[in-house]
Amino acid sequence: MTTPQPTSTHVRPNYMLIWLYLFLMTIAEVLLAFELPVSQNLKLILLLIMAVWKALLVALFFMHLKFERWRLRLIFMVPLPLAAILVTVVIMEKVF
Amino acid sequence: MASTAMTDAMRPPYPAEQGAGVYSNKLGMWVFLASDVMFFTALIGSYIVLRFGMTETWAKPGAVLNVPLTGINTFLLICSSVSMVKAYAAIADGKKYFLRKVAGKTLQDGGLKFWLLITIICGAAFVGVQVFEYIKLVGHGFTPAGYREGSVLAEHALADPVKYGAGVAGMYGSTFFTMTGFHGFHVTCGVISMLYLYFTKVLPEKYSPQDYRGIEVIGLYWHFVDLVWIILFTIVYLI
Repeated sequence: MTTPQPTSTHVRPNYMLIWLYLFLMTIAEVLLAFELPVSQNLKLILLLIMAVWKALLVALFFMHLKFERWRLRLIFMVPLPLAAILVTVVIMEKVF
Repeated sequence: MASTAMTDAMRPPYPAEQGAGVYSNKLGMWVFLASDVMFFTALIGSYIVLRFGMTETWAKPGAVLNVPLTGINTFLLICSSVSMVKAYAAIADGKKYFLRKVAGKTLQDGGLKFWLLITIICGAAFVGVQVFEYIKLVGHGFTPAGYREGSVLAEHALADPVKYGAGVAGMYGSTFFTMTGFHGFHVTCGVISMLYLYFTKVLPEKYSPQDYRGIEVIGLYWHFVDLVWIILFTIVYLI
């Protein structure tokens, strides 16, 4: 059984600009980790935020997830809460 | 952020699976990637639990691992990701060629053959640098079992056990080599797949703006590998 392709329109992102963001953020991460006098906890939070931000840029623009149908996005998103549950349960078992 | 307009209607009329609304190869790749998310989550989750559940501290960032070298490797993978997406855009626009002179521009315009070759070179370079890093680390005494007795790192760890995380070196070694090793295996599989496509489909010009499914599917895989490395680089090398 086949269905027609989607006919929605979208604009192709500026890939080189996203590459520049990723490059600059990688430099910022290394500087933050080794050069900047920031507390360990703040450093940890900032590094994780930057990593997630970079990963989102790749997923949304390079993998075109931003322009895909919601049904397809769900396939990729469904494992994320499951993954969070997996890690949380193991941590709780370790803590308690 | 906008440059060239592209419509989904321009995409080739592949038979689409009912429900997700995409062709079966692409749907299959997304389902595979979803399963790979769980695979890497198990590895990263175990690492987090082992590392932060320990009373003893792990080696400080940069004490054992060569961060500048891995930073360059990260840059290579990011470059390969952008060249992959440029390859995808090139074939979608019908640019099958390697390089072509464009009137009014000093730089030549790259086509599918050019951008995919750049991706393959960057991916192979990433694997090469990782192998070099492993050889250096093992040479210095960092193995999956910890610091080898009598090695340089074992001596450093004796002199400064906190900086080198002497008490948990075995755990550090096993998690480091497991996570980066599985990622390196994914990159190697990607490079081999792209080489196969390059010689069997791209060079004989079998892809067209009407059918470039192979490029889109391998592209999804390649970007996912880049995405995983972005997380691994931060967690393993910088924290």
